[in-house]
Amino acid sequence: MPDDKKVAVLGAGMHEWGKWGRPFVEYGLAAARDALADAGLGWRDMQFVSGADTIRNGYPGFVSGATFAQALGWTGARVASVYAACASGAVAIANARAQILAGLCDVALVVGADTTPKGFFAPVGGDRKDDPDWLRFHLMGATNPTYFALYARRRMDRFGATEEDFAQVKVKNARHGLANPYARYRKEVTVDEVLSSPMVADPLRLLEICATSDGGAALVLSSMEFARRHAGGGAPLVTIDAVSTVTPTFPNTVIEMPNFSTDSAAASTGAPGAAATGFRPSIATAAYAEAGIGPEDVSLAEVYDLSSALELDWYEDIGLCGEGEAEKLLRDGVTSLGGRVPVNPSGGLSCFGEAIPAQAIAQVCECVWQLRGSATGHQVERATVAVTANQGLFGHGSSVLLSR
Amino acid sequence: MAPATRVPAVEGWFTTGDDGAAPALLGSRCVGCGTFAFPAEATYCRNPDCTSTSFETVELSRRGRIWSYTDARYQPPPPYRAADPYVPFCLAAVELAAERLVVMGQVVDGVTVDDLAVGDEVELVIDTLYSEDGCDYLVWKWRPLGATAPGQEA
Repeated sequence: MPDDKKVAVLGAGMHEWGKWGRPFVEYGLAAARDALADAGLGWRDMQFVSGADTIRNGYPGFVSGATFAQALGWTGARVASVYAACASGAVAIANARAQILAGLCDVALVVGADTTPKGFFAPVGGDRKDDPDWLRFHLMGATNPTYFALYARRRMDRFGATEEDFAQVKVKNARHGLANPYARYRKEVTVDEVLSSPMVADPLRLLEICATSDGGAALVLSSMEFARRHAGGGAPLVTIDAVSTVTPTFPNTVIEMPNFSTDSAAASTGAPGAAATGFRPSIATAAYAEAGIGPEDVSLAEVYDLSSALELDWYEDIGLCGEGEAEKLLRDGVTSLGGRVPVNPSGGLSCFGEAIPAQAIAQVCECVWQLRGSATGHQVERATVAVTANQGLFGHGSSVLLSR
Repeated sequence: MAPATRVPAVEGWFTTGDDGAAPALLGSRCVGCGTFAFPAEATYCRNPDCTSTSFETVELSRRGRIWSYTDARYQPPPPYRAADPYVPFCLAAVELAAERLVVMGQVVDGVTVDDLAVGDEVELVIDTLYSEDGCDYLVWKWRPLGATAPGQEA
């Protein structure tokens, strides 16, 4: 694809994921400094700062770009902050990319970080009877795992997925994350251990549901021209070739967090383009179309395994296999390290837990290291193209395509 | 002790059946294109090809089929008001054929996931979500129509 549609990833940096309850700024700052060092650039070189917001850390979280800029020291750099739930990081990347591709800046810093409370994610506080996210907890006691479990049960019913299949996803990801220095959980587990962990939302068990974590991730992005001028000649140059931030297409017929219902398809019968596809499959499709490649070109994928079973949905949604074939892909080892297209070589959310605004950026960091060949201990051999996929609450698609 | 006052836990989302009629969810139907919505839409139609601002309130189908289901083994966080001690409950996403939409809700007490299957027919009932200060706060729930449903003769 032409250079005027690509941006270069000059630096990637992360703060380890964990649960410390310290200010999120601290994690973002550490990640930003690592990304800058990785790029061989200074903070004063950054012309634009793109922050991914956190909504559980007060005002500084709502203006994260400025918060990080102030923590690094005001330099007059231009700034933007964005919230798009789990897709916040991808939209922050998209914003920086748009500035670069439009020629408004040459080099930009993208940062996301979070500090999370213990336990289930609860809605933001207060009595908010006009907020569906508040109401679904209040009226139904529907937590995030409730929705993950609805999808898991559908897979069992429609495709014959088993609890063992779901457990195998966890076993695979736990193995992948063992050598990842940024992962929160670095411990092998067996199928038996997964299946004897407490049931949370049938058929999903405690070890199959992603935890909530603290963490931070950052990227230094630049124009291709800036990258060539700056090139160190060491590791291969990794580029971002597409970013998908699509919204759903009406009627969205799959029930989605935090909604009480799907769209109604009653008025859409026979309308052109009204095929009943869910939102998830459209996300990576848009990224592939933008980059002019297909899923057959992909060497590895980082997908949002909010639950073990959800990873299987993603195999199909990003085009690694047809509908109902994900369990076979998993059982055949295709998606394990050493397989044809490893999925979540980082260990995924299974090993990280979710640090919402940092997570989509962390997915891209992992892809960068994989494509450079520097993912020690969990390297995908001869990786040339990587894809990330994720979906944020309230209709936020997120998929980034990278290559070297 | 006086009987508890029955109060919907959310205003305008369902009829309680206290007037003797069968209870129902209250959705909206777009006058322009016929798209249904639950909870009801009053200001815009979700159909991108429709600019109508007229909606009628309609009772949604009382019966549907289970699209998927699960349970809540751990007590959900506030603003859910759990009973003490906590009793796990099931949830179901239910497909309404006429409206061509899927609506979630809790399943009535006493049902476990072993009693449910995708495709099973269920019926809407009104039940107590929580009780506080002499009031029973009401919500809609789904009750399986199969012979396995508790409280029903086999």
